Amino acid sequence: MISFQTVSKRYEGGNEALTDVSFEVQRGEMAFLMGPSGAGKSTLLKLVALIERPSRGQVLVNGQNLSGVRRRQLPLYRRQIGVVFQDHKLLNDRSVFDNVALPLVIAGVDPAEIGKRVRASLDLVDLLHKERAVPITLSTGEQQRVGIARAVVYRPPILIADEPTGNLDPELSLEVMQLFKRLNQVGVTVLVASHDRALVQQFAMRVLHLKAGRMTDPEETHGHP
Amino acid sequence: MATREAHGAASAGRRGGPKAWLRDHLRVAVTSLGRLYRHLGTSLMTAAVIGIALSLPAALQVLVSNAKAVSGSWEGSARISLYLKTSVSDADARTLADTVRKMDGVADVQLIAADQALAEFKQLSGFGEAASALDKNPLPAVVVVHPADSRPEAAAALERQLAANPAVDQVRLDLQWLKRLSAILDIVRRVTDILAGLLALAVILVVGNTIRLEIGGRRTEIEVSKLLGATDAFIRRPFLYHGAWYGLAGGLIACVLVVTAVALVEDPVSHLAGLYGSVFALQGLGFPGALGLLAGGCLLGWAGSWLAVARHLRAIEPT
Repeated sequence: MISFQTVSKRYEGGNEALTDVSFEVQRGEMAFLMGPSGAGKSTLLKLVALIERPSRGQVLVNGQNLSGVRRRQLPLYRRQIGVVFQDHKLLNDRSVFDNVALPLVIAGVDPAEIGKRVRASLDLVDLLHKERAVPITLSTGEQQRVGIARAVVYRPPILIADEPTGNLDPELSLEVMQLFKRLNQVGVTVLVASHDRALVQQFAMRVLHLKAGRMTDPEETHGHP
Repeated sequence: MATREAHGAASAGRRGGPKAWLRDHLRVAVTSLGRLYRHLGTSLMTAAVIGIALSLPAALQVLVSNAKAVSGSWEGSARISLYLKTSVSDADARTLADTVRKMDGVADVQLIAADQALAEFKQLSGFGEAASALDKNPLPAVVVVHPADSRPEAAAALERQLAANPAVDQVRLDLQWLKRLSAILDIVRRVTDILAGLLALAVILVVGNTIRLEIGGRRTEIEVSKLLGATDAFIRRPFLYHGAWYGLAGGLIACVLVVTAVALVEDPVSHLAGLYGSVFALQGLGFPGALGLLAGGCLLGWAGSWLAVARHLRAIEPT
């Protein structure tokens, strides 16, 4: 589903964020991307969301070679990918409902269906009772869950999350991760970047290790139950 | 496995279509109007600037079209006035008028006898009593000749021919001043066009700048929308409507300003017209004029926001 083939990314100014990264995440798989800050996790996810483009190598997502995705095709490509950010990126000039509805409005989904799907999505993250609230009035954990509801409301086949638990305490972090696991169980391919080793080790998922822009022992798995 | 299939299917191929496109336009039109309403004070201020800028050329246009209507009633009616010598009797004047009427190139002839001229003068000039004090009519009889061909050369030729008549004291060809008036009107019209062009540009820049600020204020929304797969058209749309609404509101304000100005000037104008013995009534903006002003404002607002959107939206990309 997500395939990197000897991908390097060098930013303007000479900073090489990724060097010869190769890995593959299967359809329906959930994987963690681990490594210290500055290891290139965010850059890797940006390449998947086509926020950045690789300097060398190829990225294939859902059978599509991303080097062939032109600017005009970018919107349709991005609709296949749900993105969860560490800072949620919610819009505070509108309600929780409207935030979650945005991907559907963008995609031109029928308004009659929007209500149903937004509520289903909010129900999934257990925030149905907050649909009229403005995001800024919610707790950080709740805001992150709204962000997740928004990321999955259009039912993208792929979900990527960049440090989604970065600002949460351990308990809330575990909750959010379990939410990702549930989504993975209904068929979504999930790739989560995190530097929280203790948290990641609670899940029996494949872990991709990134260090100074390079992939180390990529097939290592953690078998703890 | 079944749920997995359902997931893929749900996300694939859910594209807009013309109905969704129309629905989104409607949604954006309403929400951007609501946005303007939420900041009513600043919105009105911007709209007022646009309105004043638009009302100036519109008012000038009304002025020109009124002046045209006035001069139009005289246009093509070159007149040659033959002031007869005071020694010519009324009977002789009538004979002369009949002779002239039969000449080639003469369309019509009117005789204003000396008495009639005095009566008119008394009535219209306001010097009635002074004129009554005169013991002898100082005014000559006038033969007004309408040439069949009112082109300047033809009229001038006829003028020379008529001047040769010994009974004629003075000849005046009332053509020159008409030509001058129409030349002046041409200048005013040209100035109006230039002014309209400049002010249209000003409106575009005002809206462009307002929309630029709006784009800056909604940077996060634009970034997030792009990440969620919004097309350029989708992101552009609210700003274009925003600008168009500004233009429309400006056009509306301009309409009100022009209509008010016309109403204020109407009374003095009809008074002046009355003094000239005319029933001339001031023409207002009119329905087509108002419609043009609204449509023009809308178009200029839209163009202004295009300017801002084309320059600034592309630069905002998610990071």
